[in-house]
Amino acid sequence: MGPHLDPFLVCATIQHTKLCRSVLAVSEIGTAQVLRSSIVPSSPPPSYFTSLKRFRDELHNERCLELLLLAEDTPCLLLDIGCGSGLSGSVLEECGHMWVGMDISSSMLDVALERETEGDLILADMGQGTPFRAGVFDGAVSVSALQWLFNADKKSHQPIKRIYTFFSTLYAALSRSARAVFQFYPENEDQLEILTTQAMRAGFYGGVVVDYPNSAKAKKFFLVLMTGGAAPLPQALGTEETDGLQVKYSKREATKGARGKPLKNTRAWLLEKKERRRKQGKNTRPDSKYTGRKRSGKF
Amino acid sequence: MLTSKCLKGVTTGYPLAINAKEVKITEIDFNPEFISRLIPKLDWNVLWGAADSIGHSEGLPKVIEPKYEENEEFLKKAHRVLLEIEIEEGNLTCPESGRQFPISKGIPNMLLTEAEVQ
Repeated sequence: MGPHLDPFLVCATIQHTKLCRSVLAVSEIGTAQVLRSSIVPSSPPPSYFTSLKRFRDELHNERCLELLLLAEDTPCLLLDIGCGSGLSGSVLEECGHMWVGMDISSSMLDVALERETEGDLILADMGQGTPFRAGVFDGAVSVSALQWLFNADKKSHQPIKRIYTFFSTLYAALSRSARAVFQFYPENEDQLEILTTQAMRAGFYGGVVVDYPNSAKAKKFFLVLMTGGAAPLPQALGTEETDGLQVKYSKREATKGARGKPLKNTRAWLLEKKERRRKQGKNTRPDSKYTGRKRSGKF
Repeated sequence: MLTSKCLKGVTTGYPLAINAKEVKITEIDFNPEFISRLIPKLDWNVLWGAADSIGHSEGLPKVIEPKYEENEEFLKKAHRVLLEIEIEEGNLTCPESGRQFPISKGIPNMLLTEAEVQ
């Protein structure tokens, strides 16, 4: 491993801690692949950083595409919201789809132009709505862009209103039975709540899928929205039997359970306790009809 | 080029009139399947009008034939108008408010000012 390939070295040179954390998060998944396929053989640290960023974006976008559940082998017209330099769009190109990208930063779009991406680019603010005709797109993807809607950069910005405008215009621009998948970084539970309520208000069905919910680093939030009727959400990665929505509400369920806890020294309480011990991997006798009964006086 | 709608007190905001200063033609691989999927989503009259306004409507029929999926020549023409012709510099004009959206380097600028947001 060359010195420039050491993720910790890269992190040491970056001041921004948040950025640093996200680099580390990827390096766990990404580095092994980078080394194996040696895509960055002798690049200097800055381009290593961008290539990591690229890996992250591409990984995310591949997952987004997976969640979109597009019909195979049919070229679709997709909308990439917050396309930036068009890196994420290249994943779409590889899968044979046409895409239209929108971003608020003209400098990023200039980079996309230099890279000669196939997609059409539009300079627009998603908080002002997506400026497209009704029913044009077969799907929408977005990689780490949705959280910016919560920023009020100007005095007149009202995040909730902007979110609603965005979702309602997006709903109109998508064809029926289309899906929109957003990978994003919510700051807290409230933001998730706001996003889902505003999306439902705009007419979408869907919810949040959390990949690797038990990992601090690999945890990924995907907002999956559907236009044509409710359908089961896709299975999140890194969870076994719980799906995304249940994970999201697990905290609430837990507090609900605490309020109505079974009375101590009852059979229900005992069964719960035994169940808990079993989950902890402790040696527990199997349940039977005698479980929780008083011993007879004889003993 | 064809699917833009402006929103700010404007109800339909479609079609946007095109005022092209510089038109570029790029070769893009022809994909008949994609084009025939795209055509039902289009307002063909508007597309024809748009192509006409920038002088690229020659050979393009004014109405869609019923069996366009099998007509490869038609699909090729549609492909050319839809994907290969790009407006490098110019303006898009909203038909209702007259607001102009500048196009530079092929990127239309759809950013609105504070007063224009709904």
